[in-house]
Amino acid sequence: MSVRRWRRRFTSGVMTGLVAFLSFLAVLALVLILGDLVARGASSLDWSFFTKNPVPAGESGGGVANAIVGTGIIVGLAALIGLPIGIGTGLYLAEYGSGRLGWIVRFVADVLNGTPSIVVGIFAWTWLVKPMGHFSAFAGSAALAVLMVPMLARTTEEMVRLVPHSLREAALALGYPRWRTSLRVIARTALAGIVTGCLVGIARVAGETAPLLFTALGNLNFSTHVLEPMQTLSLQIYVYATGPFDEWHRLAWAAALVLMGLVLLLSLSARWAIRQRRGAAR
Amino acid sequence: MAPPADARLQLETVRLTALYGRRAAVKDVSLMFPRHTVTALIGPSGCGKTTFLRCLNRMHELSEGGWITGKVLLDGEDIYDPSIDAIRLRRRVGMVFQRPTPFPTMSIYDNVAAGLRVNGGRPRAEVDAAVEGALRRAALWDEVKDRLRQSALALSGGQQQRLCVARALAPEPEVLLLDEPTASLDPAGTQHIEELCHELKTRYTICIVTHNLQQAARVSDYTAFFYLGDLIEIGRTEELFTKPTQEQTEAYITGRFG
Repeated sequence: MSVRRWRRRFTSGVMTGLVAFLSFLAVLALVLILGDLVARGASSLDWSFFTKNPVPAGESGGGVANAIVGTGIIVGLAALIGLPIGIGTGLYLAEYGSGRLGWIVRFVADVLNGTPSIVVGIFAWTWLVKPMGHFSAFAGSAALAVLMVPMLARTTEEMVRLVPHSLREAALALGYPRWRTSLRVIARTALAGIVTGCLVGIARVAGETAPLLFTALGNLNFSTHVLEPMQTLSLQIYVYATGPFDEWHRLAWAAALVLMGLVLLLSLSARWAIRQRRGAAR
Repeated sequence: MAPPADARLQLETVRLTALYGRRAAVKDVSLMFPRHTVTALIGPSGCGKTTFLRCLNRMHELSEGGWITGKVLLDGEDIYDPSIDAIRLRRRVGMVFQRPTPFPTMSIYDNVAAGLRVNGGRPRAEVDAAVEGALRRAALWDEVKDRLRQSALALSGGQQQRLCVARALAPEPEVLLLDEPTASLDPAGTQHIEELCHELKTRYTICIVTHNLQQAARVSDYTAFFYLGDLIEIGRTEELFTKPTQEQTEAYITGRFG
């Protein structure tokens, strides 16, 4: 008996140690990345980095104002296109998606979810850039929206499904029409979860580079015209990091730090939204 | 749409069979609910009493594979007639469920007003009055009148269930269906709900499903005993409990099975 107990404790101890070590490894990677970014990028961060546009190669100084604004515009436009479609699809799947059509939509969403983002970029190039005859921020937004939609659809569906069936019945028994039950009771109850999913989705695409390479293209100048090429932080990092100049490498690190900070900010907002949800559920 | 033969008769099922796909959960039940009385449905789990209840406000047809044969007459009118809108019907036949189901995103006030607002815009004062009236009838007004704007989830389980009663009462239904309303409540909460039944039957026709035989004896005027989807016996409560005519009823109420 005591041998068995000893063995049980031993096994438990070893396994606890193992999973603790593995989670340490996972966190270590993140800490190293963040630490490296801060160590190499922080020194280049100053006011002009945020307010100035890039300067020609060889000159020192300059900033990424155009890329920060561009990221905001392209990601914002992508959210504008992607959120309604993604959330709408998720609501449909959760509420009416039990049939064959629902199965097909769910399958397509899953396939799309696993599609490499560069493929989506090519798709956007073929259907938007080529017919329009020039690169544009809009094409980049469309590509990002396509990436966002399946993610949002599945998250929304999950969140809506978490709403207890009893609430739906309570609303229907009160004489709510079905669509009104979906919107006023079910979607509202799932709202915090859906908002969280949206923030995570936006954070995911904010860092995408591949689908923007041949859509938004990049732009060395400040531009807010969505039908013209536009710069984003990810594209700027790509160009600077693969460039030959030390000054560019320095700027790439700084831009990476800014992008990471933005994504972190979105993730923190998502956390905050979850906490609100828990608060409301108590 | 002939007027009911007996004006005291509010609700009636005629040879009602409720099915899930091809499986009948309620078989050929004809039952009458006189106006402003309480009828208790008793029987062992799975005997079809909840399914029967859900046929009375057409909630059964929302279940997977749910359909019925037979008729359900409300004030002499078949509620399964194609001309009847199930959504409107449910505003005439209120329902309270086993577990409290307050809408978590809504305040206490909005919960009670929910069933009113779904009927379209009404003057603010009218909604205020209806909410207060419903909360008073559910014996909850004094406990919540100072915090109507707070989340309904801040209430205790028993209060939440009375809130659900108030929510069901606010649209002024004619019939109130209670599906084991005290199943998740403590004795004090249970007593509150039972007292409510007595008060509410002066205005509403009540049908209550319960597993608790003492509760059925305490609150109801009539008791119907269901077993395996069949209506075994229906009678005045004191008679059914003291001298049942069917052997199965006697076995059940004396605790020999179920």
